[in-house]
Formats: sequence, C-alpha cells, structure tokens
Amino acid sequence: MDSVYLKRDKAGRINIKAGNRVNSVINWTVLSLTLLTVTAFLFFDYTGLEIGRAIMETAVNLRTMFLQPSLNHFSWGEALFQVGVTISLAVIATILGAVIAFFLALWSAVNLANKWVSKSIKIFVAFIRAVPTVLWVLIFAIAAGLGSEAAILGMLFHSIAYLVKAFSEAFEEVDKGMLEALRSTGSGWWHTIVHAVLPSTSTYLLSWTFLRFEINFSVAVAMGAAAGAGGIGFELFMASGFYFDLREVGFITYAILLVAIVLEVASTHLKKRYFSS
Amino acid sequence: MSLLQVKDLNKSYQTDTKVLKNINFSAGTGEFLSVIGPSGAGKSTLLRCINRLVQADKGEILFGGQDLLKLRKKELRAARTNIGMIFQHYNLVPRLTVIENVLHGRFGYKSTLQGVLGRFSEEEKERAFYLLEKLGIEAHAYKRCDQLSGGQQQRVGICRALIQNPKLILCDEPIASLDPHSSKVIMDHLKSISEEMGITCIVNLHQVEVAQSYSDRIIGLNNGSIVFDGSNFQLDQLYIKRVYGMETRELITV
Amino acid sequence: MNEKAFKRRKLHSILFFLLIIGVAFISAYMTDFNLVEGMATIPTALIWMAENLIITTDTLAKLPKILEKLNETIFMSIAATTIAAAISLFLGIAGSTTTAVNGFFSTLARLIASFARNIPVVAWALILLLSFGQNSITGFLALFVGTVGFLTRAFIESIDEAGSSAYEALTATGATYFQVVGKAIIPQCLPQMISWILFMIETNIRSATLVGILTGTGIGYAFDLYYKMLDYQAVALITLLIVAAVIIIELASNHIRRVIL
Repeated sequence: MDSVYLKRDKAGRINIKAGNRVNSVINWTVLSLTLLTVTAFLFFDYTGLEIGRAIMETAVNLRTMFLQPSLNHFSWGEALFQVGVTISLAVIATILGAVIAFFLALWSAVNLANKWVSKSIKIFVAFIRAVPTVLWVLIFAIAAGLGSEAAILGMLFHSIAYLVKAFSEAFEEVDKGMLEALRSTGSGWWHTIVHAVLPSTSTYLLSWTFLRFEINFSVAVAMGAAAGAGGIGFELFMASGFYFDLREVGFITYAILLVAIVLEVASTHLKKRYFSS
Repeated sequence: MSLLQVKDLNKSYQTDTKVLKNINFSAGTGEFLSVIGPSGAGKSTLLRCINRLVQADKGEILFGGQDLLKLRKKELRAARTNIGMIFQHYNLVPRLTVIENVLHGRFGYKSTLQGVLGRFSEEEKERAFYLLEKLGIEAHAYKRCDQLSGGQQQRVGICRALIQNPKLILCDEPIASLDPHSSKVIMDHLKSISEEMGITCIVNLHQVEVAQSYSDRIIGLNNGSIVFDGSNFQLDQLYIKRVYGMETRELITV
Repeated sequence: MNEKAFKRRKLHSILFFLLIIGVAFISAYMTDFNLVEGMATIPTALIWMAENLIITTDTLAKLPKILEKLNETIFMSIAATTIAAAISLFLGIAGSTTTAVNGFFSTLARLIASFARNIPVVAWALILLLSFGQNSITGFLALFVGTVGFLTRAFIESIDEAGSSAYEALTATGATYFQVVGKAIIPQCLPQMISWILFMIETNIRSATLVGILTGTGIGYAFDLYYKMLDYQAVALITLLIVAAVIIIELASNHIRRVIL
C-alpha cells in the first residue's frame, strides 16, 4: 500500500522530481537558447568565408603575433605614452562618473529619496545603459568632434548609468534603524548622508568605482579602435587595419593584456576583501 | 571478530604538526561508539581517514577483512558503499528534492552513465520512501531540501546513508548545528539504527553527557592521541579532565 | 576610537582625495581634456540630438533592412553566448577547486579564461578579421572568445560557492566523479549559471554593435554606414531599436531570474 505522499506518473513509476515552475522555466530557457543558436547558424551571412583556410591563417597569425612581437611604427616611449592615454581616458571617465553617479544615486535610492524622483532616475539610467557606449561616443563626436572629449563624454554616460545602479543598491541596503535614529534626533537630510550613509557604504562605493575603472580601461581601448579616441586602441586599429603588421599587433595586445591583468588582480583582491559575505 | 579495526593510524597535514598519532581501536557489529574531545583534537580527521576522504599517512584500517588504505579506486568505491556518512552541515544538494537527495546514496551501486542519467529502479524509490516514512519525513518528499529545518535535513542525511545498506555509519558532529529537541530526535534515530539494524555507528560528539547517555563505548581524543577507551560508566571526572583538560562543571559554563 | 586614530584616518582620507585629484589632473593633461569645454559640449550635443535625431516616415522605409541587421546581431550574440557557455561549463568544472581533476588542468583552464577575457573584444575582432573576412562568423568568434573568458570565471565562482559539502558527501557514498558533477554540482549551480548566461547575452548585444562597426556585420555595420552618410534619422532609428532590443531582453531575463533564483 502506497503512502499518501507518494506520487506516480502515468506509467505507474514513482516521481522523484517536484515538477515545479522553477524546473520547467530552467528547462524551457535551456531549450529555447539551444533552438535559437541552431537557427542563428542558418541565418548567418557567410560572405567570403573559407573556414578551413581562415582557421589555418588565424593560427599562423596568432603564432606570429604572440611569439614574435615587435614595434615597427613607433618607439617604446610612444607605446608607453599611448597606454598612458588610454588609462587616462578611463581615469577621467571613471572619476567624473563616480562623482555624478554619487549624487544621482542618492536621489534614486528608495530609502533616501522621493519615490517619483527615484523611479524616473532609474528609468532614465536604464535607457542610457541600453545604448552601447560606442554609439554614445559617435553621437557626441558629431557635436564635439572626434577625439578625447567625445570619447570621455560617451564613456562618462555609461559609467554614470552603471554606477548609479550599483551605488543606489548599496544605499538601499543601509540599515533602516540607523536612518530612523538620526532622523528622530532632528538631523537634516545632508546630515544623515554625511554621518550615516557615507561612512557605512564608502568601501562599497570605492570597490564599485574600481570595478568600473577596470571595465572602462577595455572600453577606452575599444573607443580608440572604433571611434578614433586615440590611445593604444587606435594604434591597435592602425597596426591591424592599416599596416597589416601582425608583430606590432602582438606587441600592443601584450601591452593591453598586461594592464588588464594587473587591474583584474587588483579588483579581485578588492572584491575578496569587501564583498565576501 | 570486530567489523572495523584501526591500527597505528597516523596523519599530519603539514610536515611538523601531527593530527593523529598512533591511533588504535576497533568497533564491533552493531556497536554505538562515540568519539569525544575538544575541537582540533582530530575527531573529524579520524572519521575522514576511515572512508579515505582524507588520506592517512601510515597505518592500517581493516574493514570486513580488507585494508581500506591499500584499496585502488574501484575497490575503494565498492568499499565506500558499505560505509555511510552523516555530516554536521548535512551536506545535501539544497536545490534538489528530498527524495532525489536520498537516492543519491545509491550512486555507489551504479555505473557512471546510469548515475548521470538518474536511472533509479522502482524498488530503490520504494525503499527511499520507506526510509523517509521510518524517519517521519515522508510528507516532505517532494520539497526542496533548502525549505526544510535543520533537524529535518539531518534526517534526510540519515536516509541517504541508510539507503546505501551500510554496515558502518560515520557521524561527524551530527547534532552540533541543531537545537536540543532536534538533537534528541536525531540521536534517538541513530541509537535505534545501531540496535535494530545492527549497523555500527561511530559518532563524533562535542557533548560529554550526550555521549554518556547513548554510547556503548566512548573514545576520548586529545591532541591526536587516544586518552580514553572504555564503556560510558568508566568515563569519570578524572578521564574527562584528561580529555578536555578541565572538569565537566567547567565545560558547561564555557 | 581614540582621538589619535581618528585624526590619522582623517589624514588618510585627505591624502587619498588629493591623490585622486592629482591623478585626474595628470590624466586630463595626457588626453588634452578640458573639463569646462567638455561639459559645455553636453548641452550643445543634447540640443543637436533633439534637433537631428528625429525619426520621420522616410526613415521608416529603411526599417525592414535595419531590422534584418538587428536580427543578425541578436542571433549572433545568443549563439556566441550559448556555445561559449557549453565550453565554459567544462572549463569551469576543470578550474574550480571543488571539482578540479588535478592542479595542471585547473591552472590551464584558469589561464585560458584569463587570456580570453583580458584581451579586449576589439582586439579579437581585429585579429580574426584579417583571415575570416567581413562576415557573421568573425563577429561570432570575437564575441565567443570574450564570453568564454568571462563565463568561465563566473562558473568557477558559482561552483566554488555551491560548496564542497555535497561533493564530499556523495564521494563518501561511493559515487563516481561524473555522478557527483552531473547530479549534485550542476543541478545546484544551474540557476546561477543561467543567470550569468542571460547577463552575457545582454552585454553581448551591446558589444556586438561595437564588433559590427569593426567587422562590417550586423547592426553595427548599419549604424556605421548611415553615420558616415550623415543620415542621422536612420542613426536615431537604429539607436532606438538597439535600446528596445536590449531592454526587452533585460526584462525577459529579469523575469526568468525572479522565478529560478
């Protein structure tokens, strides 16, 4: 005699899955992603592609790049300077972005600001985030001309959008009791910010800002290559698309890789220190 | 003839610090054996050396006539099916259902492919239900384990061990994360397992009183060595002091 | 806290801010960036945008063509992410300390991931463009490589977090490695992994635009084309369509996340 709790399927076998919504959504997601991927390959544009030759060539190219890197069109000093320019683009966009995002985040944290102000800032920020950075840069370039200004403004927009989300979530986690306690003593809004919100979130804010800096570095490389923002990205674009100099591409890639790994190690360290729960 | 015999077992993690020093003891069929001692005495390591979750450095572990330390991968797998294990933090897969977690205990008897595909026979599933019923949690069979209380999760852990049809169950601090009521339920179940099913239980415990009221025999471990091995009524204040370096009265207040 | 420590902390904060300001000034000098001028262009740019980025009925005639390109980009991102996820699953299992088979494979998996992740997508796109030419596969591969790098790291973290506890318990019952991975580790981590995959699809649609500009494929190519033709109405339409696509996908994945996590 079966227990009342035992469930059998139509064939009389005992079920072991709960058959709940979570499992079906997971299965459904995996299935549709697989189907979409298969369809994607039917849709693709294969103009001028000879897959065998292309793979062989890429292998040869990669070998030349990574095993024989050298500089041909500019000097070590210049290379270093260009890396510096790219880092500088990222630095300015990150610092300005963090400052502006801080204030916007204060007004968009639901526990600190008016509900409607918060909601409209959040929608506005979601819109900005949805536009790819490169489009912002190119759109600004029409008004400001190609160069560092357009690149920084474009990156700035995206940094603000990213950091407002991160910062406001950090603010929203501030202990409610602490805010109430301060308010009950009659402190003003700015007092609560400076004496309660800021001290309890500052390490989070700094870590998020650094994470964004890491992202901005690779964005700055991309903007150099795709939007004429200068720096090492532009040299990469020239070396590969203009001089077809694989050794130089290799050298530049190594330079970028080096900076990126240093930044990643630093941010992993920060994450471990401040985000471990 | 004892079921398990541990001879001259030694283990050190770093070269200089010895966790276990020349451990010798044996356990008979259906015996309820408690291992007590302060934290860091090597209780956990001792249990894990037996089923080789931790590799011992030296010694012999005779189980059903085989030396476990000499077994190769496949033989070890077969030997492990005879040894169940229960953990302080239950070590279940939280997102899976209770019944799935119980059936995980059958993997040792299956080929890799059968296991990965999740093929379980109807007898196995019925047996899983029977065990859940026996431990009084069959109502939760289709719940996810993370929705259960600690005591209930530990009972799932016991079912997972029992479905292996083990001859020996190793319990690593089974009640250290539970409230007093759940602790009593778990200990009662373990006791009846050893008495009714004749399965040997080796239980690491923090609480001396619990060890004294449930065990047939107690082993006191301090700093990697056995300082007491005898029946529960032989464990008096003098030995407790030797095991913990202090009296019971002090133990409770600490 | 005593007064001395408090003073020292205050001094540290002041020094830190001075340092940041110094770095900012050096950076501004390096890039010829003028804050006042830069900020002044924002209103100009916004006015220009309001005046020129207007969608007219003429532009809508281009809609089918643009949608076709957008379609290509979306499919490219999904395909690159899904296939990268399959590869990353193996690399993640090999790389996580819980499930690592041995130290060599673990280090190798982490190294591959770090290499793929830290070379920017642009660099991959430019390198692949040389031999694969202007077609979807170039864009697909560039996104694929970057995604493998990112997802492998994310999966390693998910597996590490899911913990060694169930792994230990199942090993103790005599289960084989693949049984433990297939029946305990993957079911436990799957929701987290799907969440990362969805996040990566969103990110990849944005990156695909950038890659498209460089490799001449998808919506990025369409944007570049109309941008250079000074057809700003079409530029506005494309931007709006990308925003719509990203937001729809974000909403859909948020919905899925709410159910499964």
